[in-house]
Amino acid sequence: MSATIAPPGPPAPSPDAMESLSGRRLPRWAPWAVLVVAAALALLLAAFTAVSGRAGTSLVGIGLFIALQSGWSFAVEGRRHAIDRFATTLIYSSFVIAMIPLVAILVSVVVNGIKAFTPYFLLHSMRNVDPRGTGGGEYHAIIGTIEVVGMAAIIGIPIGILVAIYLVEYGNRSRLARLISFFVDVMTGVPSIVAGLFVYTFLVLTLGFQQSGLAGALSLSILVIPIVVRSSEEMLKLVPTELRESSYALGVPKYRTIMRIVVPTALPGMITGAMLAISRVTGETAPLLLTMFLTQSINTNPLTGPQATLPTFIWDQILNGTDASTNRAWAAALTLILFVMILNIVARLLARLSRVK
Amino acid sequence: MSATPTLEHPAPAPAPEDPNRIRGNSVRPGDRIFRGVTRGAGILVLLIMGAIGAFLLWKAIPALRVNTVNFFTYQKWSPDNTPAKFGIAAMAFGTVVCAVIAMILAVPVGYGIALFTAHYAPRRIAAMLGYVIDLLAAVPSIIFGLWGLNYLMPRSYGLMQWLNDHLGFIPIFDNRLGVYSRSIMIASIVLAIMILPTVSAISREVFVQVPRAHVEAALALGATRWEMIRTAVIPYGRSGMISAAMLGLGRALGETIAVALLLSASFTISSHLTEPGGITISAAIALLFNESGAIGIGALIAAGLVLFVITLLVNMIARLIIERRRDFSGAN
Repeated sequence: MSATIAPPGPPAPSPDAMESLSGRRLPRWAPWAVLVVAAALALLLAAFTAVSGRAGTSLVGIGLFIALQSGWSFAVEGRRHAIDRFATTLIYSSFVIAMIPLVAILVSVVVNGIKAFTPYFLLHSMRNVDPRGTGGGEYHAIIGTIEVVGMAAIIGIPIGILVAIYLVEYGNRSRLARLISFFVDVMTGVPSIVAGLFVYTFLVLTLGFQQSGLAGALSLSILVIPIVVRSSEEMLKLVPTELRESSYALGVPKYRTIMRIVVPTALPGMITGAMLAISRVTGETAPLLLTMFLTQSINTNPLTGPQATLPTFIWDQILNGTDASTNRAWAAALTLILFVMILNIVARLLARLSRVK
Repeated sequence: MSATPTLEHPAPAPAPEDPNRIRGNSVRPGDRIFRGVTRGAGILVLLIMGAIGAFLLWKAIPALRVNTVNFFTYQKWSPDNTPAKFGIAAMAFGTVVCAVIAMILAVPVGYGIALFTAHYAPRRIAAMLGYVIDLLAAVPSIIFGLWGLNYLMPRSYGLMQWLNDHLGFIPIFDNRLGVYSRSIMIASIVLAIMILPTVSAISREVFVQVPRAHVEAALALGATRWEMIRTAVIPYGRSGMISAAMLGLGRALGETIAVALLLSASFTISSHLTEPGGITISAAIALLFNESGAIGIGALIAAGLVLFVITLLVNMIARLIIERRRDFSGAN
């Protein structure tokens, strides 16, 4: 601290000396006071000068707040504390900045989505509906989403869990295990559209299949695998070694130890991770456009022909470009976000409930 | 060492004769099969990564053969014409510029969020704030696109115009048309919001790992909180911060649907970033794929291969930085 050090002479320092040890500080209410002053000034400026608009006014307000607080702090507390307050303001405001789009997105999806979000919309397809006019619904897309995401989960989650088991239980940081671990990390960064492109070249161009729900599910499972591996790996690592050792000590083979002791112990966490992975890919659009295209009709068979999903439905409705279709897009976005959020919240609740045990 | 009464086996394993078994190292067939299956799944991951590169390359070559112009420097995209002419210059420009602007906007804010949740927010609400940021990561890309197009873009015209009026001498803010929709700039802003959770989640991970002793030592020496961050947290987390930024970059490079909706898909290179225009590799694939002929699809696959290689490199470098830190930091 920039304070003067109490002289060593007097044995019992007076209260004044104690005070000087901590230096001069702004009162605790200082930031709030500055906030009020800055807001008032910004509003005044907005009323009487060229400053205008909500965004502009708040920017000016933030600038004023930073300047006033730093200045006051510099005068009273000195340079170091002024810098500290400056940095604190920036860090707090970065969090607020991140909150704004999140709130704006959620609010606009709910406000705009509720308009066309009716039981009729949920239970009818777009077959024989004018894509630019009103009417129609997303039933076919809901079916497609559930089927495709379900298949992606069935394909991707077991593979991901097996890889995680290999890495934690058998890998022993061998060269192969480290290579796999590295590429799992790299795989999380594969753009979703590249996964779709790969499944298209493999299934459609090379093996001669059609675009279908299964192809879409395969492309999603490429995106699911690395996320599941990472989360299951974390959970398996949390299983205490003593548990494994006591099982070995009883003569239980390793594979049985893993299946009966290790995996059940880690299971709640693994389910949470898998559900988060699924919720992450539910909103994927790009790979599905390539691998399963889209349709306006109900197609319950994921093995042949194109299927619609909620994300590709939204895409299609946005591109139609009329007010009616944009309303449908918002309503489908509301459905999708409800779907994803429910998966997310259930997964986190599961995690919390199992942690208490 | 025979049956295990505490565990309810349907059929207890036969008593082993070989004392080596006690180690848990297996010789039993079930063990060998299980190990083989999990190992096979691991190798499958490697195979998928290899196959992505191999198949894209294989299917891109026929299209690249008939291309009559330089694939890397030509800007236009008409692969299904005869003679076929296509190049990724405009797409690559759009991809890199969008990703870089998104990084410039998102990385400082992401670090700020990470510092906030790791060292500023009260511990009790820090975890909740982490969830909230995760929620932002859970919003699907298509919804960012829809929101960006219908909500953010109309509200950004004022800012863009202000940039043009006051900073117009810088080419990237100069708008010669007076039209501010569907520009690279607005796509980059939406991209920045999308990569924010990635950057903040990964840098937060390293910030919370900073040894308590470093933090307390700095504070005990009289450092203010910011000085503690600067002298203890940031030096410790520097490599994690770099790789967080690079992983964000990787995500921004590959992001497709939101960008495809927000750009006006013009295959030209223009430094006037607030004017309508721009295209990225991934957006071009999504927009053109279902209306392309055989050569067109091959050409898009070639573009996808370029994107794959770029993101692969970015991600590998980011991961290597993290790994190196893990090896040398002496933590744990």
